[in-house]
Amino acid sequence: MTEIERHSYDVVVIGAGGAGLRAAIEARELGKRTAIISKSLFGKAHTVMAEGGIAASMGNVNSRDNWQVHFRDTMRGGKFLNNWRMAELHAEEAPQRVWELETYGALFDRTEEGKISQRNFGGHEYPRLAHVGDRTGLELIRTLQQKIVSLQQEDFAQHGDYEANLKVFAECTVTEILEDGDRVAGAFGYWRETGRFVLFEAPTVVLATGGIGKSFKVTSNSWEYTGDGHALALRAGASLINMEFVQFHPTGMVWPISVKGILVTESVRGDGGVLRNSEGKRFMFDYVPEVFKAHYADSEDEADRWYEDPDNNRRPPELLPRDEVARAINSEVKAGRGSPHGGVFLDVSSRMPAEVIIKRLPSMHHQFKELADVDITAEPMEVGPTCHYMMGGVQVDPDTAAASVPGLFAAGEVAGGMHGSNRLGGNSLSDLLVFGRRAGAGAASYVDSLGRRPAVDESDVTAAGAMAVNSFGDGAGGATDNPYTVQQELQQTMNDLVGIIRKADEMELALKKLDELRRRADRVVVEGHRQFNPGWHLALDLRSMLVVCECVTKAALERTESRGGHTRDDFPAMDPNWRHTLLVCTAGSDGVDVAAEGQPPMRGDLVELFERSELEKYYTDVELPEESP
Amino acid sequence: MGYQQHFRVWRGDAEGGELVDFDAEVNEGEVVLDVIHRLQATQAPDLAVRWNCKAGKCGSCSAEVNGRARLLCMTRMSTLDPNETVVVTPMKTFPVIRDLVCDVSYNYVKAREVPAFVPPKGVQPGDYRMQQVDVERSQEFRKCIECFLCQDVCHVIRDHDENKESFSGPRFLMRVAELDMHPLDAAAEQGIDRKQDVQDDHGLGMCNITKCCTEVCPEHIKITDNALIPMKERVADRRYDPFFPITKLFRRQR
Amino acid sequence: MTTTSPAPRTGVDGRGRVAIGPRTLRTDRWWLSPLLTFLGLSAFVIYGLVRTAMQQHYWVAEYHYLTPFYSPCMTMSCIPESAHFGRPFPEFPPLIPYAIIGLPFLLLFRLTCYYYRKAYYRSFWLSPPACAVTEPHRTYSGETRFPLVTQNVHRYFFYVAVIITAINTWDAILAFGGEDGFGIGLGNLILVINVILLWAYTLSCHSCRHAVGGRLKHFSKHPVRYRLWTWVTKMNTRHMEFAWVTLGTLVLTDAYIALLSAGVISDTRIFN
Repeated sequence: MTEIERHSYDVVVIGAGGAGLRAAIEARELGKRTAIISKSLFGKAHTVMAEGGIAASMGNVNSRDNWQVHFRDTMRGGKFLNNWRMAELHAEEAPQRVWELETYGALFDRTEEGKISQRNFGGHEYPRLAHVGDRTGLELIRTLQQKIVSLQQEDFAQHGDYEANLKVFAECTVTEILEDGDRVAGAFGYWRETGRFVLFEAPTVVLATGGIGKSFKVTSNSWEYTGDGHALALRAGASLINMEFVQFHPTGMVWPISVKGILVTESVRGDGGVLRNSEGKRFMFDYVPEVFKAHYADSEDEADRWYEDPDNNRRPPELLPRDEVARAINSEVKAGRGSPHGGVFLDVSSRMPAEVIIKRLPSMHHQFKELADVDITAEPMEVGPTCHYMMGGVQVDPDTAAASVPGLFAAGEVAGGMHGSNRLGGNSLSDLLVFGRRAGAGAASYVDSLGRRPAVDESDVTAAGAMAVNSFGDGAGGATDNPYTVQQELQQTMNDLVGIIRKADEMELALKKLDELRRRADRVVVEGHRQFNPGWHLALDLRSMLVVCECVTKAALERTESRGGHTRDDFPAMDPNWRHTLLVCTAGSDGVDVAAEGQPPMRGDLVELFERSELEKYYTDVELPEESP
Repeated sequence: MGYQQHFRVWRGDAEGGELVDFDAEVNEGEVVLDVIHRLQATQAPDLAVRWNCKAGKCGSCSAEVNGRARLLCMTRMSTLDPNETVVVTPMKTFPVIRDLVCDVSYNYVKAREVPAFVPPKGVQPGDYRMQQVDVERSQEFRKCIECFLCQDVCHVIRDHDENKESFSGPRFLMRVAELDMHPLDAAAEQGIDRKQDVQDDHGLGMCNITKCCTEVCPEHIKITDNALIPMKERVADRRYDPFFPITKLFRRQR
Repeated sequence: MTTTSPAPRTGVDGRGRVAIGPRTLRTDRWWLSPLLTFLGLSAFVIYGLVRTAMQQHYWVAEYHYLTPFYSPCMTMSCIPESAHFGRPFPEFPPLIPYAIIGLPFLLLFRLTCYYYRKAYYRSFWLSPPACAVTEPHRTYSGETRFPLVTQNVHRYFFYVAVIITAINTWDAILAFGGEDGFGIGLGNLILVINVILLWAYTLSCHSCRHAVGGRLKHFSKHPVRYRLWTWVTKMNTRHMEFAWVTLGTLVLTDAYIALLSAGVISDTRIFN
């Protein structure tokens, strides 16, 4: 093999979204030479798609909010399956992380007093989401991007080189994590532009690669979301948890076909939008589950009063956690009460004056106008569920974001546990910041604790290179496929068989189909050469998508209950015996293995934050705390 | 529903290339990017195009459709005549890498040359207080998705590659404006003069306000009226207004 | 240098760029807008030159209408009644505009106006003729050098324009008192509408927007100036419209008064 490009760093961050950038900032500020590897251009990460806001209990709008309330909401949203320590750290640290962004130059919308304004969102008891109109994700990514630039300017002032300690490798994809024994030793990848290989020698790798949504046909996720980090972690020997929990956002666009799946922000409902079926009925009142009855309005009058007077009224059921709303929409459509293009109606036009809509939801107004020719100030939108977020991911230590493989860290969507079985809106951006920072710090202290730095084994490099160009074969193995066809079939399979409502027989069928697709993927043949060749890129991404889909399907088949983002038609109820059980995916000899593992019980002081009557709905009798006299 | 349309897509790399003819199916509600993807899946698997969100939010799929700078994902096929040939080419202002993908590193170089936000001394995180009316001007500029279409159509660099050295383009002139209008930016205390920088280091004087940047902006940011002209006026305060320094003596500083 | 390297590719064919033959691939009628601008501005300039060089037909004695093209009239050549501000200057030779004291400033106000700059850079100088259409010039330095660097003094012409617009306003007010005392005719309405639009154009100027509040960092500390700025900002979004409409009303006003003065038509009277 010819000499390949080599770089040496202390910390290599894979992914340049919110979590990756925050991790890199932390590592660099702790004095570590850091590389950020991004599949796309710098600043284009999927984080820009986040619209609603960043959840943090700053209490700027309602001073009764605090981290305990936020923690409680998060646990409820995740149906108590969350890693409680992560949820605790998240709720505690989110305000600091948001305030920090202001010191980087972020400009959030303001309250009258000049503080950061906060808005209502599904599942959050108080107005909690710091936001900038409905483009909060863009603000977050731009702010972090500009902070990176400012750190580079400091380095330039000191060393005369912008990239002395922090460098962004844009349009570069990592295909393999390299190890020295069981420790991380580096990462191997290729430049998308030239197709040339590149090797990063580093004792730590922070995975911040986001989710897996591109494995589903209808999704709000961008092409990058192929589960690379999940697959890299598995192959490196780490374990994944909660992979059966895939969040379907209740409101994605359903028409035109070409934009099906694109997100319609939850703020539309938070600011007063209502869901109606084809009969004009606000159907969500029929879908409030028992566990939430106490917190949600049972009449339209009460629901409407809540926007003005949230202290004396219960919230509208449109603001139930996402899994509930998505299932409700699904049921309405199945019952034949859907909109012409197979969704339901989401209406703000009859609820707010046009100027208010344009002011509060500018990108939604723009999006529907430009893509669907619909004026949301004058007519309702048609919406339906869309694959949105992967709750599951790499099993990590809550405090340091370290995976079980020494030197491997994970933060953001690629990490699992924090959101339990269902994520609340707004908790994603705060998750990125809180655990992005912790991963950066965790990696830095791991580097400090190292004696001998791990070394990359040259034979691994050669093997990784050979693996990457495998698909430029001559098609000798018989009939060959084009990667686009395999991807389309994969997306269709996952959508139809492991989608929002699941059944055992369908998932077994899916496993067979995945097996077949995996064999076909091994034989795909790519045309052309290595320079910016999207067919080749897809062929490599397919490998990740297939292994991740296998985890999702196997875990989903295993979990014989319905909870959060996992709904079984054949096991429609939530089962307390499953609450404390995690399904753990690891790489096996043939595909992936799934095993059950217990979750440590919640610390006493945290348990006390809940009413016993609430815990009874989720816990087994044995687990319930002693009744206080 | 679907119909056939004729396309000519530029294919090639830095060494050269040509417009290649394709006939492709077009369905109701599709955008140009959908057709490009269909070409990839059926006729040209190695056709290079940069894209991410396909919802007009990330600014990756910038190119030129019939000679006009556009986001491919926001150009609806229904806005084009089904009988016309659709010509898709990469952005002209930047070196081409392959097919529709350009080397936009110029923009990242320029971004790095704008001194970052300087946090005010002595104000702790959480203690930042800003009024909505004071942040609104900069917030408009922060809507920018960095698609670089404004840079592509700005004739200062589009028609004169040699100006890239001295001119940062509308995107980054606007970035300086954003910082200069940020209510808490403390650059001045650090000896950074953004008004001087924008003129001397970023070439604001090269701009002849012919507004192509504003016309092309997919986020409808009023780049010229709200960023570039106000900055020209602020520069004029300093540099071209002989009376301003005198009147300044009578002004309260705030 | 020992080897001959190929000439560096600059301009629109910068290094590594995609080489596509024509100067634009645009298929729409991109040339229409600059062409119309060219014709419109040229027509106005020619009309203005001819009219101001005529040295007659600027005053309607019966109704005291004075055309803005001759205001303020301050030479001994002026008809005494039309000289609202006296006649301190001696008689002018032929062709010299009687309003030479004000017209150059008005011309410079419009010439340095941010909208007109765009208009004539595009339509007269073709820099660029339209977006994504290659301009014909080999080099470009924008507004960095003399003479174009002087565009930066736009604000002074704005201040003078305010004074002259005030004078035009005064002319329009005086026009309500003709030889027979107070009266209103079509000419008055035209003068008033013209002057209102002139104010709209003048006050919607970008320099005005900057002066009233644009230069502030904290609007919240200057509520009055913020209100003014908001108001000017609203007007400013229509600066282009006002720029064109006022060219039209200026010509209309002047032509109407010239025709009255020459006795070609007679004024439609509404009152007295």
